[in-house]
Amino acid sequence: METLDFRFDSAPVSRAANPALCGVVGSGNLEILVKAGDEPTACAVRIKTSARGFGETWRAVLGSFAAAHAAGGTAIAINDMGATPAVVSLRLAQALADYQGGAQ
Amino acid sequence: MNSALTTRHSWFEATARRRLVGLLDAGSFREILPPAEAQPSPHLAQLDLPGAFDDGVVVGCGRLAEKTVFVAAQEGQFMGGAVGEIHGAKIVGLLRRAVQEKPAAVLLLIDSGGVRLHEANAGLIAISEIMRAVLDARAAGVPVIALVGGSCGAFGGMGIVAKLCSAILISEEGRLALSGPEVIETVMGVEEFDSKDRALVWRITGGKHRYLMGDCALLVDDDIAAFRAGAAEFLAGPTESAPSLGQLRARQQVLENRLAAYATYRDGLQVWAALGVAEPESVPLLDRDSLVALKEGLPT
Repeated sequence: METLDFRFDSAPVSRAANPALCGVVGSGNLEILVKAGDEPTACAVRIKTSARGFGETWRAVLGSFAAAHAAGGTAIAINDMGATPAVVSLRLAQALADYQGGAQ
Repeated sequence: MNSALTTRHSWFEATARRRLVGLLDAGSFREILPPAEAQPSPHLAQLDLPGAFDDGVVVGCGRLAEKTVFVAAQEGQFMGGAVGEIHGAKIVGLLRRAVQEKPAAVLLLIDSGGVRLHEANAGLIAISEIMRAVLDARAAGVPVIALVGGSCGAFGGMGIVAKLCSAILISEEGRLALSGPEVIETVMGVEEFDSKDRALVWRITGGKHRYLMGDCALLVDDDIAAFRAGAAEFLAGPTESAPSLGQLRARQQVLENRLAAYATYRDGLQVWAALGVAEPESVPLLDRDSLVALKEGLPT
């Protein structure tokens, strides 16, 4: 297992509901928990992943997520079992929408 | 478009959280120890494996057909729904709370291969505590209902837990047994049980077989709404009588008779023929309603 920590600048989230969880820690999948962070213009991410050596890929995927979405003021925790970058991007968008009370 | 197909939400394919949303009255679920407040398994961390925030089980309270129920839903996609220390403690805590608060029922949405072997004795102890807690809840007058229809079925310790419940609801896709097919094949050899033969596995452990044998109270379609309707039907029915020694002895006798009658059989097909099913080979193809009608027509 590898633990990775990142912090990205991001525009503040428009609104925040309750902590949101999406996805499952199953093979090729991951779970993402979004809750309130400590800084309104930053998105902090901690990843625990079973696949070692993909730090730069995570940085690229999370960086483009933080740039494309207003995710400032969130702390995101991820448990990963080898999800592909496409699955990660999809789940991030889904989790952020849930956090903002968008989807059920 | 077939409207039945478009409106149906498979229980088998849904996650634990999705099952709960569809099972309970809309908006009524309140999670106890939600992911943001829970701790992942320390044992998995020691083994350098990623845990899950909820340790693979969602517990809480909600309403079903206007009645208060407690629910625990295992996530089969995480470690095969296996019971670790925290996972088990959440279920035990829920059952003990049920003894105090007396909901209309506790619903266990089982989707598990049994003990989480990574956690060794902690997992084994957790399972035995769940067993005791199920019996304590029933003794306190709170029915415990097992809902079995997930991809991992109900095996190992969770198979025993299912059989300790007041009733079991199962779908054709659901499976219920003690040792799983792969375990039996590993220990006894492929001639004893070919775990790769999916049809055979279902003829011996699957929902239809369990229902025909009288091991499960209800057979439902692989549809979240069907599980909801089945659980609501159970809640609306007569309350169960308190467990008694007489009942246990009668049940033991039934099991001994079953062993005497079927012990030499190798396949569900043979058992169904002995039960009086005229065309046993047609059973795997029957839909749920036809199978229920078939069972009701069997000699008792």
